[in-house]
Amino acid sequence: MSTKIATREAYGKALLELGKKNDKVVALDADLSGSTKTKVFGKEFPDRFFNVGIAEQNLIGTAAGLALGGKVPFASTFAVFATGRAWEQIRQSVCYPDLNVKVVASHAGITVGEDGGSHQSVEDIALMRVLPGMTVIVPADATETHKAVMAMDKHVGPAYIRVGREKVAVLFDDDYNFRIGRAHVFSKGKDVTFIACGVMVEVALKAAEELAAEGISAGVINMATIKPLDADAVIDAAKESGAIVTAEEHSVIGGLGGAVSELLGEEFPVPVKRVGMKDVFGSSGKPADLMKKYGLTSDDLKKAAKKAIAAKT
Amino acid sequence: MSLTEEKFIELNRMACRIRTDIVEMLNQAGSGHTGGSLSAADIITALYFHKLRHNPADPNWAGRDRFILSKGHAAPVLYAALARSGYFPVGELKTLRQVGSRLQGHPDSKKLPGVEVSTGSLGQGLSMACGVALSARLDKMDTRVYALLGDGELQEGQVWEAVMLAAHYGLENLTAIVDNNGLQIDGACSEVMCVDPISDKFRAFGWDVIDIDGHDIAAIVDALDRADTGRGRQTAIVAKTIKGKGCSLFEGKVEYHGTPPSDEELKVALEEIGKV
Repeated sequence: MSTKIATREAYGKALLELGKKNDKVVALDADLSGSTKTKVFGKEFPDRFFNVGIAEQNLIGTAAGLALGGKVPFASTFAVFATGRAWEQIRQSVCYPDLNVKVVASHAGITVGEDGGSHQSVEDIALMRVLPGMTVIVPADATETHKAVMAMDKHVGPAYIRVGREKVAVLFDDDYNFRIGRAHVFSKGKDVTFIACGVMVEVALKAAEELAAEGISAGVINMATIKPLDADAVIDAAKESGAIVTAEEHSVIGGLGGAVSELLGEEFPVPVKRVGMKDVFGSSGKPADLMKKYGLTSDDLKKAAKKAIAAKT
Repeated sequence: MSLTEEKFIELNRMACRIRTDIVEMLNQAGSGHTGGSLSAADIITALYFHKLRHNPADPNWAGRDRFILSKGHAAPVLYAALARSGYFPVGELKTLRQVGSRLQGHPDSKKLPGVEVSTGSLGQGLSMACGVALSARLDKMDTRVYALLGDGELQEGQVWEAVMLAAHYGLENLTAIVDNNGLQIDGACSEVMCVDPISDKFRAFGWDVIDIDGHDIAAIVDALDRADTGRGRQTAIVAKTIKGKGCSLFEGKVEYHGTPPSDEELKVALEEIGKV
């Protein structure tokens, strides 16, 4: 598809829509509301929008208090600050008391681009996934982002949704059935399966198409919910194709690749190759150049797929 | 409203009972925070047995005032007040810190009714109190929100982020109480990392400040009443207290920050508390 929309844009629109539907929804930001797109909500509902200034710890703590008061707070800032600077607040003030706080963080991953490594969160999925009771969602496109945000209306408890700065292809149409904890299987593969999230889903689809031309049958699964992981989908793919390649715009440690490897290591061991940031920080550059530099292109996925297939016994 | 003589005596008696509960449960547990629980006993008594609108039979009653123990290590004083209020049987106090107990080392709102929110990691309670106050304002409720902080806790940067936010939004339904006992685990606050002048800091951030003797029940009640009439401004009550207050063995002694009374010390403590 040719339409491209940034997932943060979709978040801003969805939050506004949810706010119209549910007057308990409130939004908080830490001086980045223009970038995270919570400003859209703030304009429509100034009384229900709180800009706490450049104070991420208080952003999360105040959101926890609003949840205690019965509100449904959405707290937003850049992913690196939300999950890094305020990690302990998310642990102690949100997850430990099991409060209904939604952390929606933007500018995740290296596609932040020119701002460089200090602003490129490549650890946030791991940091959120390790927290008991936390739901972790990494939408692949604008449609899925919209549906994930709207799904928060019925989801009670802590949740983390990761969105990005760059425009990305729209992969799903409006009748796409998004469910928390349920993978979307684009295609099944006989030789290998790509399990991807976020911006890497589009890359995996391209890689699978190119592999098909070489006579390799590669399946593609969009694993939008990293936690709780759709274990059935992962194990089914391992059984059907016998080899797995994970793909994420995040460290290969602790994120989607970590989750899939942990599961398969215990339940159904098959060769797994993890494509992602190889235990390094990002750096400045154009997003597309950075994706090449750090090995996150369809060519990299194809190489990983062939290695995984070769590792089958 | 000022206290009647009868109520004044009743509250002082309750404070003694709370102190007795604290030293007994800590001795039984064999670990826990003696000094900071005892220093807050009069403040907590004034809140739970005079000021707070709450209903132990219905802990989640929507019309209740909210109290957040930001200095969560003083859990014993909160547990004693909750038990004596009727949230759970007094006999359960002796399960403090035991495996399977609802009385965790630091308050856990998922386990124990009456605990508004889990605390224990310092510096986070005031932010949550701000959120509750904002929520009550949105709902046009006359809820009053209280947070009790330690003085050492004021070294946490997040506290000042919340102090700034409260003033920015003019949270007149919020009262922060500082248990200014002057000691923290590594020594005197003034030596570890000076937090003084506390009152001036709050004033500079745009708060109304009331300085009181944190062991004078009448003064605590008066300050809490005055804080009700904030007129667009939030109030900090800086309560000068003595760490370990109630037993000469513990008073002003930093060693009892996180040490429970031994059997011998318990005897002395019970005798001294009983004499008041």
